[in-house]
Amino acid sequence: MYVYMGHMRFKDTKPYEDGFWEKNNIRLVQDLITDIAFEQKTLFGQSGTEYTYDQLVIATGSSPQTLDVEGENLEGVTGFHSLQDLSFIEASSKSHTKAVIVGGGLIGIELAEMFHSRNIPVTHLVRENRYAASSLSTEESAILNPHIKDHGIDLRFQSEVIKINGTEDGKVKSVTTQKGEEINSDLVCIAIGVKPNVRWLFDSGLEINAGILVDEYLQTNIPDVFAIGDCAELRHPGPGRKSIEPVWYTGRMMGETVAKTICLQKTKYDPGIWFNSAKFFAIEYQCYGEVLPEHSAKQKAIFWQDSKQEKSIRICYTDSGVTGFSVLGIRLRQRVCEKWIQLHYPVEKVLEDLELAFFNPEFSVSYGDKIRAVYQSMTGVHLQTKRNRGYNSIYRFLKHENAQTP
Amino acid sequence: MSYPTEESLSLRPAAYPGISSAQKLYIALGVIALLISGLNMAGKFLPPDLSLWLAVGLVSISVIGYAVSMYQGKQAGIKNNYVYSSSLTRRGTIAWVLTLVITAFYVLLYFFPSLLGFSDSGNTGFIALFDPLSQWISLKPASQWFVYGCLYTLAILLFGVKFLLKYKGNRYQQLRTGSVMFFQLCFAFIIPEVLERLNQPAMDLKNMWPLNYYFFFDWHLDQLRAAGNPGLIMLAWGILMILVISPVLTYFYGKRWYCSWVCGCGGLAETAGDPFRHLSDNSQSAWRIERWVLYPVLIFVLLMTAAVLWTYITGQESILFLNSYAIREWYGFLIGAIFSGVIGVGFYPLFGPRVWCRFGCPMAAILGIQQKYFSRFRISTNGGQCISCGNCSTYCEMGIDVRHYAQQGKNIVRASCVGCGICADVCPRGVLKLENGSVDLHSKSAL
Repeated sequence: MYVYMGHMRFKDTKPYEDGFWEKNNIRLVQDLITDIAFEQKTLFGQSGTEYTYDQLVIATGSSPQTLDVEGENLEGVTGFHSLQDLSFIEASSKSHTKAVIVGGGLIGIELAEMFHSRNIPVTHLVRENRYAASSLSTEESAILNPHIKDHGIDLRFQSEVIKINGTEDGKVKSVTTQKGEEINSDLVCIAIGVKPNVRWLFDSGLEINAGILVDEYLQTNIPDVFAIGDCAELRHPGPGRKSIEPVWYTGRMMGETVAKTICLQKTKYDPGIWFNSAKFFAIEYQCYGEVLPEHSAKQKAIFWQDSKQEKSIRICYTDSGVTGFSVLGIRLRQRVCEKWIQLHYPVEKVLEDLELAFFNPEFSVSYGDKIRAVYQSMTGVHLQTKRNRGYNSIYRFLKHENAQTP
Repeated sequence: MSYPTEESLSLRPAAYPGISSAQKLYIALGVIALLISGLNMAGKFLPPDLSLWLAVGLVSISVIGYAVSMYQGKQAGIKNNYVYSSSLTRRGTIAWVLTLVITAFYVLLYFFPSLLGFSDSGNTGFIALFDPLSQWISLKPASQWFVYGCLYTLAILLFGVKFLLKYKGNRYQQLRTGSVMFFQLCFAFIIPEVLERLNQPAMDLKNMWPLNYYFFFDWHLDQLRAAGNPGLIMLAWGILMILVISPVLTYFYGKRWYCSWVCGCGGLAETAGDPFRHLSDNSQSAWRIERWVLYPVLIFVLLMTAAVLWTYITGQESILFLNSYAIREWYGFLIGAIFSGVIGVGFYPLFGPRVWCRFGCPMAAILGIQQKYFSRFRISTNGGQCISCGNCSTYCEMGIDVRHYAQQGKNIVRASCVGCGICADVCPRGVLKLENGSVDLHSKSAL
């Protein structure tokens, strides 16, 4: 996305310099594995090369979810997942005059921002009645939806594509929605999520459900074979976590976990408290722990917003403590939020100490008093911040609480 | 492994959409201002004070108008679209032409000021353009250094306004930029001129040794001593800065208190140089070159100062086989003029705005060593939130590979970091924050 918008060059997006691999004694080979013989511990490459292993880590990632409608194979229909997809969209952007994006998630909004940067008109189709409906509350969507529309995006809710129409020479021409609308476009981007890229392993002897099934050590049913990242499915995910979590950091954590195990330090996979983040045009989003889109008498929430500045904070809690945080336009400190959730801090204590969690740049305004005022208007309880919120008090807080954890 | 090249996958930069007609108008105004100064250079077509104010006025309208047309009415946020498409900011033709123009100007200014019209028997041309202002402030005709000071200050003020508009959502950036604008205008420009008018040594009170390499030169020390009490106070202030103020501030806030809040070199880099910050090479090999150039310059300035003081105290010109006058001349020429001036500013459009600060400044080297080993400053990484996108490393003007640390969940404690805070700004996921603290909050072992 940043390459497309001209913020960076392709080489700037590589997490390490090219020399890194050789320097660390890692041999990179480009080949397509066509078959695996687990008994002989051998992989067969398309190039004809055979590779043997002592320990095998499968990290084949995911592929874009498809709509399964007519016309999905037409030229001009693409996902946004690989470098090749980016190249295709880049090449298309020179001739195409309009784009349709399908999917109200994090990739969909990136695509919208990309096309916006090139002044390519976008129609953005979302199945739900608001953006990111699975994680944002109605109030949060009310901040986000106008922000997206202000960028000139033709955002349409409750719209599902039922058919993609093509020209006679096999190029995409338009999409038809379930409402019967026909939207003309010569570029259609499908961004409705991903699925584990494991089809080629179905008959290999690996146990596969949606992804390759792994235990808490990320081991598959076959000895010395591990699976990590988007292609793996946990048999027993931890509390508050799902069996397949195709987000960037689970892949990284799984990699670190397996690396330890392979280096004879057998380690269980523990991703900790759930978190995620995104950026919707100019609005940053972070969430920690369990944040449900809707609330009840049991699952409560305090919500403060400054809709003019497009900022909000939502703190979710039950009678036994806080369960999660969701913020728009504000940065929170992960380790502090994590501790509060892990140790079930009572919500009033969290509100009093809220300044510990702010991660905005220095000299930024603190929103603590405003949120405490919201709580007061909800419950009548007047809360005040008590401690100095400097760096050292954050340190004392984290250290102190660490001592309490079992 | 061979990676797909950018060309074969059509990942070349998008065509820059060009600039609006309003922006063209503002550029035209700037060109007219240059023409006026050019005409003045060739002969006298307009009364000098009129042409000065006309030129300054038009340049100001040009830069500020351009900035307003770029950022006015836009939402706060990152504005880096097309950075790698525009010829100016991706080392294209415009960048090379600009480099040549600035470099040539510096060469004229430092080595051939007479070609700019400077003369002891009455200025002409470009330098004469500034005579009225110089007369008004310090009651004497302009020197080439006065002209340089005017242009430098004007650049920091005008591009500072542009910077303030570009980063309008961030108070750290606003305060920091206001600070460099203030220190340039008052400390580097107005106060020395006023001091001179009052027949006192014209000292830039924020310009510290060893960046101010002539602080301990004999003529400078003599000048301060000859000035009586005010001179002695300035001498004491200069030494107090080196021994007390700087170490204390650097301990609490890192070298940023100087490099991106006070310093003039940093001030120009942060304002006029801001569009070029992504051009700083962040590879390992560039870092190696940085260490092999920066620290020798520091050793050079230390040896030179020692030699100069030796001569001052003992009266002996040579130490072993070295002549202290020769050493200081070489330092002044190679480091003072060529490195910090011609290359330091002239090469902005090719290597980014901090070439001097990163590879040459001995002051930054000293502050950096302290920052690395004896300072509370660090950039905190927010847990596991880094997505390895690379914006921080790309937009680090000091060429620090910020992502390398952030993606491992490590804090960034690097000698070269000037604490500009842009990495934290361009981060799309709120991963980075500049902080001062005595312990490491984010590594598990410290807790």
